[in-house]
Parts: sequence; structure tokens; C-alpha cells
Amino acid sequence: MTAPAARLALDGRPRDPKSRPVRSRRNRARYALVVLAFLLPSAIPLLAFTLGPMIAALWVSLNQWNLLAPMKFIGLGNYAKLLSDPQTGDVFLHTLYYVAGYLPIVYIGGLALALALNTALKGRSLLRGIYFLPVVTSWIVVALVWRWLLSPSSGVVNTVLGFFGIAGPGWWTDPNWAMPSIIIASAWKDLGFVMIILLAGLQAIPTDMYDASKMDGAGWWRRLFSITLPLLSPSTFFVLVISLINGFQVFDQVYAMTGGGPNGASEVVVEQIYDMTFRYGEAGEASALSWILFVVILAVTVIQVRGQRRWVTYG
Amino acid sequence: MADALLDLGARRARGIPKAPRSRASRARLAGFIVLHVVIIAGAVAMFFPFLWTIITSITPGATLTNAPALIPTDPSLEPYVRLFTERPFVQVVLNSLLLAAITTAVQLITSSTAAYAFSRLPFRGQGFVFAIYLATMMIPLQVLIVPLFVELKTFGLLNSYLGALLPTFASAFGIFLLRQAINQVPRDLDEAATIDGAGHFRIFFQVVLPNIRPALATLVVFSFMSSWNSFLWPLIVLRSPELQTLPIALAALQGQYISDWDVIMAGSVVSVIPMLALYIFAQKYVVQGVASSGIK
Repeated sequence: MTAPAARLALDGRPRDPKSRPVRSRRNRARYALVVLAFLLPSAIPLLAFTLGPMIAALWVSLNQWNLLAPMKFIGLGNYAKLLSDPQTGDVFLHTLYYVAGYLPIVYIGGLALALALNTALKGRSLLRGIYFLPVVTSWIVVALVWRWLLSPSSGVVNTVLGFFGIAGPGWWTDPNWAMPSIIIASAWKDLGFVMIILLAGLQAIPTDMYDASKMDGAGWWRRLFSITLPLLSPSTFFVLVISLINGFQVFDQVYAMTGGGPNGASEVVVEQIYDMTFRYGEAGEASALSWILFVVILAVTVIQVRGQRRWVTYG
Repeated sequence: MADALLDLGARRARGIPKAPRSRASRARLAGFIVLHVVIIAGAVAMFFPFLWTIITSITPGATLTNAPALIPTDPSLEPYVRLFTERPFVQVVLNSLLLAAITTAVQLITSSTAAYAFSRLPFRGQGFVFAIYLATMMIPLQVLIVPLFVELKTFGLLNSYLGALLPTFASAFGIFLLRQAINQVPRDLDEAATIDGAGHFRIFFQVVLPNIRPALATLVVFSFMSSWNSFLWPLIVLRSPELQTLPIALAALQGQYISDWDVIMAGSVVSVIPMLALYIFAQKYVVQGVASSGIK
């Protein structure tokens, strides 16, 4: 991405000796106007509503502020308070628990689905549609439905379990089962998204590679591990990066399914940021926690990008 | 599902997995059947919550403890009538449609113009600017809540549609998606148009945009979906009941009508229908759009 840019000439055109036009100052000004015309519609909202607020959040995090009274500068006080508060560790642990439970399920499930729906099944566009349906459904709806399915006394899941003589747990009403309930609903919702990304990746793999390896007598598992997975590694990488970024930002489902309860058992980082800001009026501390979360996500993403050379092969 | 089953029959009738002669082909047939059974069972399990939602929404009086029968004995649209008469749900659906339509339209403009600039208009520092654009994808919305709230409060835009809309106007995801697509449009086309005397604006409208339709359709689905389902920001900005969007109204329904699950589920069905229609309209483009984005 930076390499071509580094080769740009001063007049804003690629340095290409053959076709480089001699440009007058007036032409250059006109070219700059064209670039601005194409870039400003996106640059203005990004600067005003993403980058600007982000820098502002850093400043807010250095202050004590309840959103109403004037800010009071306290330096790193909010960060010190957060780091000494055991609840900070708890909300990060709950978030990690979510990510660790959710990621393997959606990746393995999504991969299996993509492999199956990439075969010559007919009616597969209907099947793809069904598996994709939860992706386009609002979290609020999914949470409502799953709260009901997992209702301890009369929910469908416990009724079915009871049919087999198993006493189902209290799901979202039980501190030990609240997070697994959220993970199950989340996996159900996101399976189709992972499936679509991996399906697109599978379709980009040339079929002659499979033909050649079949001739060599390689079995299905062998082809999976020696052709499919390596060639699918860029998609896998994309899914992991996106899922981890989204996983650390988990909020909607927690808010709608448990509200962080029972007894704070499923309180995650963003739920905590939300509560601090709008329930307890601690905007400074909330901004500090936001920045800690951002740095964690950035670190995780950078580690993934660095590590990708070891296992991601770009065709 | 029935479609897939029929199809299995048709496939076998056509003899596609040939009549089992050798052990290998018998194993292949077994694998074929197992695959279908597992995939279809999975689809049934996937679809079950939707089915349950639909059944509940046409069973008046269904509650958390008084679950409806799988085949409703006395189906009725009364919950839908109650949803739209007792609550301002017509307004709520219109609000959501309006916000999603504006977000989608604006994102199509901002994403395609920016993508054209990054793909076709080289300028000094382009790589750096693009890296910053991409980095905004990694900033969680939650980091921005407090300063955005203050910013919009300063401008007096709290509790207004504009306040809910402004932060959604540019999407780094959309720009990235479309840039990858534009990169794949052959440059010969631009050059031919340039020789004909076309400027960048004409090339953009007449050459590039018609060639990236699948990516544009993909962006429409993702933009519309993210706006239609967005919860946190509208919850904070849109405080008046008459401005509420669907996800917020549904969450509120849950609090107020704790026992009226039929009405809640009717609201859920209503919220899924537009997205389902959009997906059906765009589905042939979506896989293609993701595939050509270079994400592979």
C-alpha cells in the first residue's frame, strides 16, 4: 500500500517517463481539485465523526467528568483507578471468556458449512439463505428469541433436554451459564457471516489443483489439509481479524440478553463503558477504559498481522 | 429444504451418483446422503428459532410460560394488529427505513468516490491517507461515544435524525470493498474513454460504476443491514419515542409487555422482513462481491 505511494512524483502523477505529461501550474491545481472532489465527501465525515472524537476521547480520559459539571484535569488518575479496580480485570476476563468460546465454534462451524455448501448440492442457494438469515437479523430480535428458547422453566431447549431425561441448566438466569448462553446465541447468529466469507474464498481456489491431487490418489482429508486450508488462509486470516475485533467489542447481545448479569457474571468491557458513562456519570473513567480496550484490540490485530507471514499464503 | 430433498431425488433419478457397484462408489453415495442429512438437519435447526418466532406471532395469548403449539390451532394476525395500533410501530418502521435508506445512499456516494480516488487518482501521501482510512475500521464505536455525544450536543443535534445519521456517513469498510473492486476494472477502459475526451467524472459515472455493480450491491446489503440493526448509537442519540428505531422499540417492548410474547414476536418478524427481501434481491451478487473484493 505504501510502496506505490512512495514512488509518486511531486506533481501527483505516477512517475512514468513514457507518458508523463508536462503539466502547467494551472493543470496541477485543476488535478488537485479533482482529487479533493472525490476525497472530501468521505474525508469530512471521517475526520469530524471518527478521528476527531477519538483524539477527544484521549483528552476526556485524563479528566474527571460527569458529562454535566466542568471537566477536572486529573492526569492519569482514571487509568490508575481502573488498573487498581478488580472489576476491570473481571470485565476483561468475561470478554476473553466470550472470545475463547465463540471463535472456535464459528470458525469450525463456518468452515464446515462453507465446504458443504460449496459442493454440488442443488437447492444450495436456499440453504445458504437459511444459514445467512440470522446474520441480517437484529441482535435485539436474536436476543429476544434466544432468551425464550433458553428459558429455564419452559424454554424449548430445556424441554427437549428434559425429553432425554437431562435436567437443563438455568441458562441466562444462572451466573455460571449466562456467558455460555450468550456464546451459543452469538455463534448461531454469526455462523452465516463466516460461511459467506469462506465460501467466497473457496470459490477462488482453482479446481484443477484438486484434479491434480485426486490423480495422485490424495483422499478428502489430505486434500483439505494440503490444498484447501493453505489456499484458504487469507480468508481465515480475515475472519480471525474481524471476529476478534468484533469479539472484544461484544455489547448488543449482552445488553439485550443478560444486561451483564446475573450478579455481573456476564459484564463485558463495553457494557461496563456504557454503564459508567450513562448510568454512573463517570465519562472520564469510561473514556480511559475505552482507550485501554482500543489499545488491546490494536495490539491483538498487530500481532495477527505480524504473525500472518508464518501461516498465511497469498496466491 | 423440500427443494433440496426433491433435488436429492432428482439427482439420484438422473443417476448422478451412479448405481452403487464398487465399494468406492457405494462409500461416495453414503457420504453424499450423510452430507445432505447433516446440512438439512443443520438448516432446520438454524431456521427453527425463526419458525418459532413466526408461530408465536400468530398465536394470540402466547406467553413465556404458555408456549404455543407447533402447529397453531387458532392462528390469527391479532398480535400484528395490536403491534401497529397500540404502539407507534408504523412510525418506528418508517423511521428505521428512512435512516437505513439515507445511510445506504450516502455511503454509496462517499465510498465510491473515495474508492475511485484511491484507485485512479494518484497523489502524494496517498498510501498514508489510505492507511488512516483503514485504521478507522479498528476503532470501536464505543471509544467514540462520549466525545461524539458531546460534539453533537454542542451542535444541538442530539435527539435528531441528523445526529443519528452523521457518524454513519463514511464507512472505511465500504471504501475498502469498493477500492478492491475498482482495482479490478481494466485500466484500458479508462484510457479508451480518455481518448474519447472523457474526464474523471465521466469515467467514474460511465465506466467505473457500471463495472462494479456486484460490489455496490454487496455494499447496499451491508450498509442497510448495519443501519437497520444498529442499536447503541441510536439508543443514545434518539431519546424521543417518536424518533425511535426498530431495535430500540423492540428492546423497549420487551420491558413493557413482558408477558405479551405474541406482540413482541410479531415485532421481530416485522423487523426481519425488509432485510430478508433485500438479501433475496441481492444474494446472487453478495458471494460474487465478497469474492471479487480480494478478501479471499
